[in-house]
Amino acid sequence: MSGATRTDAAGVLGEWRLRHASGLSEARHNLRVFLRDKLAVLGIAWVLFMLVLAIGAPVIAPYPEQGRGKSNLSERFEAPSSKHWFGTDNLGRDVLSRVIFGARIPLLISALVAGSVLIIGPILGGLAGYYGGLLDETIMRITDIFLAFPALILAMAFVAILGPSLQNLALAIVITWWPWYTRLVRGQAVSLRQRPYVEAAKTMGVRNGTIVTRHILPNAFGPVIVAITLDLGTVILEVAGLSFLGLGVKPPTPEWGLMVSEGVEYVLEAWWISIFPGIAIFLLVLAFNVIGDGLRDVLDPRMKR
Amino acid sequence: MTVRRYLIRRLALMVLVLFGVTVVTFLLVRVVPNDPAAIYAGPRARPEQIQEARRILGLDRPLYVQYGIYISDLVQGDWGTSLRTRRPVLDDLLAFLPYSLQLVFLSLLVSIIVGVSLGALTAYKKGGWIDNGTRVLAIGGVSMPSFVLAILLQILFFRILGVLPVSNDIDITISQTHPITEITGATAFDALITGNFTAFGSAMEHLILPVLTLAAFSTGVITRMTRSAMLESLGQDYIRMAKAMGVPKRTIVLRYALKNAMAPVLTIAGLEVAFLLVGTFFVERIFALPGLGTYATTSMLSLDYPAIMGITVLMALFYVFINLIVDLIIAKLDPRVVLS
Repeated sequence: MSGATRTDAAGVLGEWRLRHASGLSEARHNLRVFLRDKLAVLGIAWVLFMLVLAIGAPVIAPYPEQGRGKSNLSERFEAPSSKHWFGTDNLGRDVLSRVIFGARIPLLISALVAGSVLIIGPILGGLAGYYGGLLDETIMRITDIFLAFPALILAMAFVAILGPSLQNLALAIVITWWPWYTRLVRGQAVSLRQRPYVEAAKTMGVRNGTIVTRHILPNAFGPVIVAITLDLGTVILEVAGLSFLGLGVKPPTPEWGLMVSEGVEYVLEAWWISIFPGIAIFLLVLAFNVIGDGLRDVLDPRMKR
Repeated sequence: MTVRRYLIRRLALMVLVLFGVTVVTFLLVRVVPNDPAAIYAGPRARPEQIQEARRILGLDRPLYVQYGIYISDLVQGDWGTSLRTRRPVLDDLLAFLPYSLQLVFLSLLVSIIVGVSLGALTAYKKGGWIDNGTRVLAIGGVSMPSFVLAILLQILFFRILGVLPVSNDIDITISQTHPITEITGATAFDALITGNFTAFGSAMEHLILPVLTLAAFSTGVITRMTRSAMLESLGQDYIRMAKAMGVPKRTIVLRYALKNAMAPVLTIAGLEVAFLLVGTFFVERIFALPGLGTYATTSMLSLDYPAIMGITVLMALFYVFINLIVDLIIAKLDPRVVLS
């Protein structure tokens, strides 16, 4: 019985492979080209490493309690040593432990932002692009307003007024990003709307809702996923920046931007408090940017370096 | 489309954007969990005092009436009173803006000069070591948070080399021996136009690190944009034609390709102005500079609603205005823009 299902599954898979042969070979080719970009592969490795640190922080961090924010006043301002690789901060907390715990918030918010725009963009953009008319006009003018304005200011005002917290920080950043993705998906939807297979589905009497969800959105997803990868570096910069200004998570939460700002006062005497979390932000943003660059090279060979 | 219709369209979009931004900021402040009237009345106010504050602030009227009043006041130059400084918000903003504009202007200048030269050079010598080195620098420049770069520069130039100051807009001793007559509030500019060169030197010295910090990101962006725009225009038929006709490579790059690459570069540079202005929030905080950024962060952290709304509206005005200017310049450079 189970053998039969397996054969069926293999058969289905084989058939699927056969039908998508050209797509698959293109994907394999793209993957090979992408993996040739050493820098981009290094970027992926770094992001994965940070992910491991973020998830395993309670086990990996040498002083998990201090990593979470417990102060340790007997060991304030200690320079980097074998006991505290990254030194200790103004409250005597192990900077290494806090940097490890600090990987959690940027990665969590990146995931939240990516998830949200992957939902909002296709819904609004798909509707606008497929139906057109007044709905399209309304949605697009709203995105115009958001795009014709430095969104970071709006995000700042938003967090300031609603109060600094993890949820409001994530919400504020989603507010600054959704218009881009809505536009992107709309553009895709407009061009897909005129494809023969969509016309065919229409003449066969397939309902609009089905056409949008089955034929338009799946094909519009690819570019959105690429775009969000390109943008995650900027999202992380926004998270760190807002927290640095005090418009993000509250102390004693371990967050890199906040840690940099906590050390600013002492930077000339105890540089390690700010520099290590600062480098952590830089490297994670850099990793996302080189991955994005690599992806762009694969998908848009005209821009090849 | 004629030039006039293009202009009307752009202006209509501008009004729409300003309308949208004011609605968003207005609603944001009205739906907040903290009661503005309670903040206005002070920490130990009695209920009737809060009621009185609500009446003074007009919070007891319907929302659309409040919005109408807000807009008509805004247009007449009454941007409300700051809850923190108790001064008119517009006065505060105009007092702090010039210093930040000076910072933005200098940074933009640096990033355009460096970015366009590097971008053109790397497109010209594509694939060489300059190209690769610049690519690494540019991608590093856009990956580095400004506040971290600021700290690194402070450590290098102050703690290690001991050559540049790290805080305030001018040396305190010099500001007393050579006091600056305040005209605009932009320290270096005021010193320069009043012929106070000692103070000007000191103010400029205090601007070096902030400007370097602020310019890093936009230099990276402009370099990459110039490079790709140059590569695009170097691949055009008329360039191949010029090459075939034996026009010197220098002339081709500088006269033909660069000129045609300028439109996208200008657009990006225009957008960068707004980002530089937001960047001052970080730079001014680290270098303790007296500009709009410091004012904005302080207002946001102390829940000064009228000031927060004022800053948002000012930024929006500034942004749409810069965009309009850039679009008009581009339309002038490339008439096809107007026609499409």
